[in-house]
Amino acid sequence: MRRAGRRAAAVAVWALPAAFLAVFFLYPVGTILFEGLDGRGLDRLVELGGRASFRSVAWFTLWQAVASTVLTVLVALPGAHLLARRRFRGKALLRAVTTVPFVLPTVVVGGAFLAVFERLGLDDGPLRLTRTAGAILVAHVFFNVAVVLRTVGTFWEGLDPRADEQARVLGATPWQAFRWVTWPALRPAVAAAASIVFLFCFTSFGVVLVLGGPARATLETEVWRHAVSRGDLASATAVALVQLAAVVAAVVASNHLQRRRAVVQRPVRRVPLPRAGRGLLAGNLSLLAAVLGLPVVVLVERSLRQLGGGSGGGWSGGWTLGHYAALADRVNLLPVSALEALGNSLLFAVVAGGVATVVGGLAAVVVVHGRRAVARAFDLGMMLPLGVSAVTLGFGMLLALDEPPLDLRSSRWLVPVAHSLVGVPFVMRTVVPTLRSVDQRLREAASTLGASPARVRREVDCPLALRALAVGAAFSVAVSLGEFGATSFLPRHPDRLTAPLALFRLLGVPGGALRGQAMALAVVLMVLTAAAVLVIEGGRRGSVRGDW
Amino acid sequence: MRAPPAAPVLLLGLLLLAGVACGGDAVSTSVPLSAGGAATTPERAAPAPPAGSVTLISHDSFWVSEGTLAAFTEATGIEVVHQTAGDTGQMVASAILTVGDPLGDVMFGVDNTFLQRALDADLFEAYESPALAGVHPELVLDPGHRVTPVDFGDVCANYWIDHFNADLPVPTTLDDLADPAYAGMLVVQNPETSSPGLAFLLATIAEYGDGWEDYWAALRDNDVVVTAGWEDAYYGEFVSGGGERPIVISYASSPPVEFIYADPPVDKPPTGVITESCFRQVEFAGILAGTEKRDAAEQLVDFLLSETFQEDIPLNMFVFPALASADLPQTFVDFVELADDPYVLDPADIEANRNAWTERWTEVVLR
Repeated sequence: MRRAGRRAAAVAVWALPAAFLAVFFLYPVGTILFEGLDGRGLDRLVELGGRASFRSVAWFTLWQAVASTVLTVLVALPGAHLLARRRFRGKALLRAVTTVPFVLPTVVVGGAFLAVFERLGLDDGPLRLTRTAGAILVAHVFFNVAVVLRTVGTFWEGLDPRADEQARVLGATPWQAFRWVTWPALRPAVAAAASIVFLFCFTSFGVVLVLGGPARATLETEVWRHAVSRGDLASATAVALVQLAAVVAAVVASNHLQRRRAVVQRPVRRVPLPRAGRGLLAGNLSLLAAVLGLPVVVLVERSLRQLGGGSGGGWSGGWTLGHYAALADRVNLLPVSALEALGNSLLFAVVAGGVATVVGGLAAVVVVHGRRAVARAFDLGMMLPLGVSAVTLGFGMLLALDEPPLDLRSSRWLVPVAHSLVGVPFVMRTVVPTLRSVDQRLREAASTLGASPARVRREVDCPLALRALAVGAAFSVAVSLGEFGATSFLPRHPDRLTAPLALFRLLGVPGGALRGQAMALAVVLMVLTAAAVLVIEGGRRGSVRGDW
Repeated sequence: MRAPPAAPVLLLGLLLLAGVACGGDAVSTSVPLSAGGAATTPERAAPAPPAGSVTLISHDSFWVSEGTLAAFTEATGIEVVHQTAGDTGQMVASAILTVGDPLGDVMFGVDNTFLQRALDADLFEAYESPALAGVHPELVLDPGHRVTPVDFGDVCANYWIDHFNADLPVPTTLDDLADPAYAGMLVVQNPETSSPGLAFLLATIAEYGDGWEDYWAALRDNDVVVTAGWEDAYYGEFVSGGGERPIVISYASSPPVEFIYADPPVDKPPTGVITESCFRQVEFAGILAGTEKRDAAEQLVDFLLSETFQEDIPLNMFVFPALASADLPQTFVDFVELADDPYVLDPADIEANRNAWTERWTEVVLR
């Protein structure tokens, strides 16, 4: 009996995530690609490759994604160091706050960035950012810095600081110690985070349209243009295939980097962390504040201001809390009040976060402990939802999930499940480096003392993984709170309007009251996100400390 | 190592999390959801919604007052299940993808810029509603009645009133917008990504015919700014949202909406409409081919043309009722200037040339 139960559990570990991916991703995407290629898709593919304009779009997509990823890592690493290696008040809060950009709709962030550029004098002249590729890069750093900060920071925390200290004692400069001791250990986590950031930037849609200027196009915006605006599914599919091929190549490359696992470190949690020096703290924080803070400050300011109304127009009016008060009232163009929309968002986020945590957690176990071929397949497959075009996934779900037993396309739960598709890679990518880095000697010691492999896994791996799991769960909740493109294709019940959609509706018509309410809603959404992250990550601290 | 058995704790935690996630919903909707995410909702996921209901698919901007759809249910006993499916372009594209296996019974919101594409794909079944008798005849664009006009609205250049005066009078024609006196004042949307952007391009094509490219070259010389969508034009570049440009492509109903949602309240709208620049958009409803509820769908289409529904349209969707006898709300009567002779183009022309036009537009204006 027990053995049968154990075997069933072992099968479930890989079967559950595999089934999830197959039903909600592979089958829908396969269906739509097949449908799109049927007929003229292949001809279009050949034709596209010959077009200079298409090649320049593909090239721009690639280089902006690479540049955004490199920039994001550079901006985030000092902050990750701060979070991992220094003690200061408000650390948990800082952690939570950095996740906030994730949930902000690009239209809102785009507007805030334009305002920031204007105030800093970057809207014209030699340093102009407005309507340039530079604006896209800056916004990508804004949206994604948390991914690196948190994924790398969490992993870094688990590294033994003594190795670094020993190097210093032996005469290494801080840079040498970082370059030769810390960096090799850190690399898998950086690769994991960077691959997620790359996929996000590679498939970026709103940022490109709003900030890049009207002539800017990426593969993602081209898929949309062909499929939705021009009604040309064959061309859309051809572009989507190119995009998918690039994404598969990128993920395979990054997985290879991650597997070249560096020095295995023993996680040490009792080492007292030094207090952060004032200069270091100030330097790091001001960097983060500049990137994350300025647009957010603009949003908060706008949520508290009246539009000028009849006089000068613009944000020239007085200060008010009225926009926040108005969130409880239903305005005509929304089926529910903004507050109810926030409630819907929260409900969806809990469902999406729960599903992503279970599926992503199990997937991480398979990637680390599973058979080689299976592990590699999981490591690739679970990442793909991040890199496939929203149009492809949305259309695919409509087309494929239409018959029993999978008649789900009109189910209200399809939306949070689609959100969780994007959450899964976050959970997986935060947990995998941690699981991999569990000190082999620790596991051997446990085995020598008579622990079964299952017990080793249970008592050694799990407590460590729990912390990474919480970070991943927090991300998947944030992803869901922010919505994403593919779900805009799914039919929805209007009374299940979520906060980001309510925000779009409020911004879709003129009127200062609605504009103010939209800004207030954006701010409340940010606060809600930060609070959710605090709660999710706060819960695990005691247990981890207690185990060690 | 004195550690609690962590795996069961972990697993329990995950199940609990999933349980909370599902339990919370189960309370309100009695929907079971397995941890793997395979959602099955008896009343929603079943192939057909409950008998005595009809499913209305609309774009995201469809809304009516509470109680309006209930009036239909009260009169007919048929419940309306309403679902939104993205913006108009997304909705039409999705419907074409699922043609013959529709997501609902009636679709609302396809407009004259997408009409021919929808008709070419055989999305709709013909139905001539008796209520059509009361509709402005020029709105009936499909003589085969595969679609029924429900409302219309104009896309027009809007201007910020205070910016203009005796020395700089308000521009009144499309020609004026290309006049150097108004250089650097206009913001438009990209017709590839924005519905009002496309409508304005169509207005210029209706006005200038083959000369439209020259007109746009002149606008470009006049320093026109192009944004991706309406939001970044109106709230980013236009004076109303804090920008510096006093002329923007928006809707004929934008001034009364500015008035209604002004904060603090104002006596009259701060914006006006250049009525010589307007392109007429008509929105239609149609019975989706393959519906199993033809009769209920017909009744719903009739209801969309009833006075109850038609008079509810303006203040919810900010467009105008197709029914001639429908009364307009006072704000619309006071502050709307409707063009007497707006620009129109044949939907078949639009569909046949749209991709070529937008491609040429991109060449002329953006490259």
